[in-house]
Amino acid sequence: MAEAGRVELSGLDELWFQVAGTLCNLTCTHCFISCSPHNDSFGFLSLESVEEALTESVARGVREYYFTGGEPFLNPELVPMLELALGYGPATVLTNATVLKDEWLERLRAAEERGPYSLEFRVSIDGPDAATNDPIRGTGTFDRAMRGVELLVGHGVLPIITMTRTWPDGEDQRVLGRFREVLATHGCDRPRLKVLPRLLIGAEAERTCGYGETDRVSAQMMHGYDSDQLICSHSRTVTDRGVFVCPILLDEPSARLGATLEEADRSFVLQHGACVTCYQYGAICTNPSGQAFEQMVGRIEGPVGDGAGEGVR
Amino acid sequence: MRLAFFGGLYSNYLALEAAISDARRRDVQELYCLGDMGAFGPYPDRVVSMLREAEVFCIQGNYDDSIGNELPDCQCGYTDPRDNLFAQISYDYTLSNTNRENRRWLQQLPVSSDIERNGVRMHLCHGSPRRTNEFLWESTTSDAFLDRLIEPSGAGLVLGTHTGLHWTRTTRSDRRFVNVGVLGRPANDGATHVWYTLVDVAERSAGPVGQGESGVRVEFVPVEYDFRRLSGEMRGEGLPEEFAETIETGWWTTCLEVLPSRERRRGRC
Repeated sequence: MAEAGRVELSGLDELWFQVAGTLCNLTCTHCFISCSPHNDSFGFLSLESVEEALTESVARGVREYYFTGGEPFLNPELVPMLELALGYGPATVLTNATVLKDEWLERLRAAEERGPYSLEFRVSIDGPDAATNDPIRGTGTFDRAMRGVELLVGHGVLPIITMTRTWPDGEDQRVLGRFREVLATHGCDRPRLKVLPRLLIGAEAERTCGYGETDRVSAQMMHGYDSDQLICSHSRTVTDRGVFVCPILLDEPSARLGATLEEADRSFVLQHGACVTCYQYGAICTNPSGQAFEQMVGRIEGPVGDGAGEGVR
Repeated sequence: MRLAFFGGLYSNYLALEAAISDARRRDVQELYCLGDMGAFGPYPDRVVSMLREAEVFCIQGNYDDSIGNELPDCQCGYTDPRDNLFAQISYDYTLSNTNRENRRWLQQLPVSSDIERNGVRMHLCHGSPRRTNEFLWESTTSDAFLDRLIEPSGAGLVLGTHTGLHWTRTTRSDRRFVNVGVLGRPANDGATHVWYTLVDVAERSAGPVGQGESGVRVEFVPVEYDFRRLSGEMRGEGLPEEFAETIETGWWTTCLEVLPSRERRRGRC
């Protein structure tokens, strides 16, 4: 097999917190780290460990913070963690919006208003109706997520709705159009939509065929490629089991780069199938406002067929 | 010493003309433009003539790099299909209406510049010191990140544009970033005026060279211009109605998806 590509950490722009580990109130069939109410292979982060990493991140010039899981709001210390993080920089929380509470949102909006930085809510909903969403995310989850969206909008939040593409490639515009109509009926008339490709690992690999052995990013493929597209060149992920290269490859032992941010400040070999999807689509994990790289959509020929279709970042 | 900084002209030659006059009335000694001369508006050659005539020192933006090198798109960094569609309409118009000499002029502009005035070192760029098309939004740029970006330049003051929204912050390390705003379109605030930035540097700056902003005063200046004439010319050139609407209302109708929520909430769409 060809030599795998390698990516240096050019600087720490984003710091991710795997704040709920792999624990989630839902069991989505496409989850790339197989989160569920019973998957405790990664546990909750403590407020203390988040504070420690935030302090360390200042010296590294971190631009923004992401809080993910599992479902971050299952962690009883999430609200104080976000309040704390907003004192350091902008923060984004990735939620399924099914467990939100008024009092949490009140506190979080107040914390955002106290300082200069944005608090973004990214809500995962995998289709514009229950018929599309529920088979993936669970019975009743579409309606529960819509109630969550209503709650967010009621608190003045403009959520970013992320959806994993499980429909045919050519149907993006139809699905997005339908999403806009549906969200408007729930009070969300300025929806910010982000389509994500499927990552064929974790539960998704069991559901479908996963990546083939030749689905790898080779060293040759990195020639002339803007590695800023890959979050492993500018991000690290703090978990209760150490610092990982990204929030996607938690099940890969080689993705654990050390116990501390300092130890994790080293290059990473793109030896996993999922690296191909990141290579092809670029920065699938970051918010649109946090992206800065060459416009690659339509310029990159897919190196392999991953079934995920044309690029939308 | 007084310097004026213009950002993102987007072919708005009427606003540029008004801003140059305004700056001269205010006894500005040096004029700078931080790039993105074309896009959005009509007759892209007109701003280039004005910049050269007024001896404005210019930095290259991503748009200027694209037009100068005849690249397929503007490298604006949008992520939304609708935003990219409008960007492409505007880019195709600008490319086909920029003459060869002006393309060459845009191509040879420097991507950044370091200047020192009265002991204050300034780094001029388009997006960020490390990347021409990096968006530095006020609400998504931490202090720590600003320090990291500014530190290698050795400057006490960094000036950029690219986002379309003016703002400034001094970090805990006493380094200052200024987004000088844009002359090309209003600041998504429901007002039709556009913005440029004045920087006053005291004769003998109190701070050591490269450190701090002692003796530096920054002022954002609103510029009124004949926006109705501009929107009429945009329509006459067949540019999208959405663009003309922004000029006439002061609210953005495109390029909204890259806005962080805080900046987006201040707008109407």
